[in-house]
Amino acid sequence: MILLSNWDLAIASLLVILLATLSWHFRLGLTQRILVAAARTAVQLSLIGLVLKTLFAQTHPLWVGLMALFMLAVAAREIGGRQQRRFTGVWNIGLGSLAMFLSSFSVIILVLNVVVRPDPWYSPQYAIPLLGMMLGNTLTGISLSMDRLTQTAWQQRHAIESRLTLGQSWKEAISDVQADAARAGLTPIINAMAVAGLVSLPGMMTGQILAGADPLEAVKYQILIMFMISAGTGLGTFGAVWLGARRLFDERQRLRLDRLTTP
Amino acid sequence: MNPPPRQPESRLLDVIGLSSDSFGPLCTKLESGERISLHGPSGSGKSRFLRCLADLEPHSGRILLDGIEQNSLPPTEWRKAVGYLPADNPWWRPKVGDHFAAPPQAPTRLGLAENVMDWPVERLSSGERQRLGLLRLLVNKPRLLLLDEPTANLDPVNTERVEALVLEYCEQQGAGLIWVSHDSAQRKRVGQREVDLAELSHCP
Repeated sequence: MILLSNWDLAIASLLVILLATLSWHFRLGLTQRILVAAARTAVQLSLIGLVLKTLFAQTHPLWVGLMALFMLAVAAREIGGRQQRRFTGVWNIGLGSLAMFLSSFSVIILVLNVVVRPDPWYSPQYAIPLLGMMLGNTLTGISLSMDRLTQTAWQQRHAIESRLTLGQSWKEAISDVQADAARAGLTPIINAMAVAGLVSLPGMMTGQILAGADPLEAVKYQILIMFMISAGTGLGTFGAVWLGARRLFDERQRLRLDRLTTP
Repeated sequence: MNPPPRQPESRLLDVIGLSSDSFGPLCTKLESGERISLHGPSGSGKSRFLRCLADLEPHSGRILLDGIEQNSLPPTEWRKAVGYLPADNPWWRPKVGDHFAAPPQAPTRLGLAENVMDWPVERLSSGERQRLGLLRLLVNKPRLLLLDEPTANLDPVNTERVEALVLEYCEQQGAGLIWVSHDSAQRKRVGQREVDLAELSHCP
């Protein structure tokens, strides 16, 4: 493995500075944003590197757990922020984070204990990166599906209520909208699996190969990750769609769009 | 699909102190087979009144059908017994017949084609949608019909057909009727009495 020196990174940063200069030259108004974003990349990644290094040095379940909860909280906030029509009150963040917690944590724990089996099973060198990749993808699936669910329920409110007036249960009346929302949440990960290796070389695998791993070993890990992410995203999406649809109806099975904010 | 058990001596509909965040309290009664036509300025809450009767909106007060409290029936059973026809009738499946729990009786009586159940929904005119919306509702054999301007898109011939069918249904089934209409001649034809929504706020 070739180690990078700070000097190497300084040379790489010249590329970004070149981009910023060009932006300034053509008056694109992006110069400041490019420089700030680049600085954030350097600072945020250095900090997370330090955190991980400290974490890896101890392997204490408490710290691993805290780190996992912190990551979950940030992801939950992101889900809440990506909705056009949000559930009012705690439900906006609560629904997404509950679905994400149940799906991603249970799949991660299964993978760590049954497949990868590090010792101890929660050793941060495995648990934290796996969880990070998991949450990043589950987050996308859940936020896409919840956004689609609430938007479509709003657009089709007359059809849903019409079905209720004819005596259908809430489950029947919302079933088409639910299926549509679940499809929206799962499509990105299904597409990613379908083109993996052909169109894109997944980042994790590329990183491992750059770091000197045997490509065949890196591929095995990538397959594991893809399957794990799909399961987590799928279960999280189904959970969020079901919980969200349930929340759209009250105990008398009335469609309660007043439980959503207007965009 | 069975209608709720009827208690012979009780009234068809009792509305006692019905209120929501925008109207009320309202009271009214309907005997078996009784028909009223309802009017009132637009925005006075006629549609929302019907929506509460069908339990589509949160409300307070008591609503009884054949002596049975609204809350004591599952909402699906209640809504089948209280047939509410909103002003617009959405269609959500490609084929007309997919929206019917059972084949309707004689679509030709409303001037519709014999094979209309096989039609794609896009082929329907707004008037055909409205008439099919009524047929779709009658399949449930409701005890009470709540019709919100059901002939708004219809020509005189079809308006007459719809009126005749609804009156016949009420007579044969002993069903009650609340028909919202802006046309005073129609109100006289379909209702045994005409009621202004504002009159319903005189609760005893």
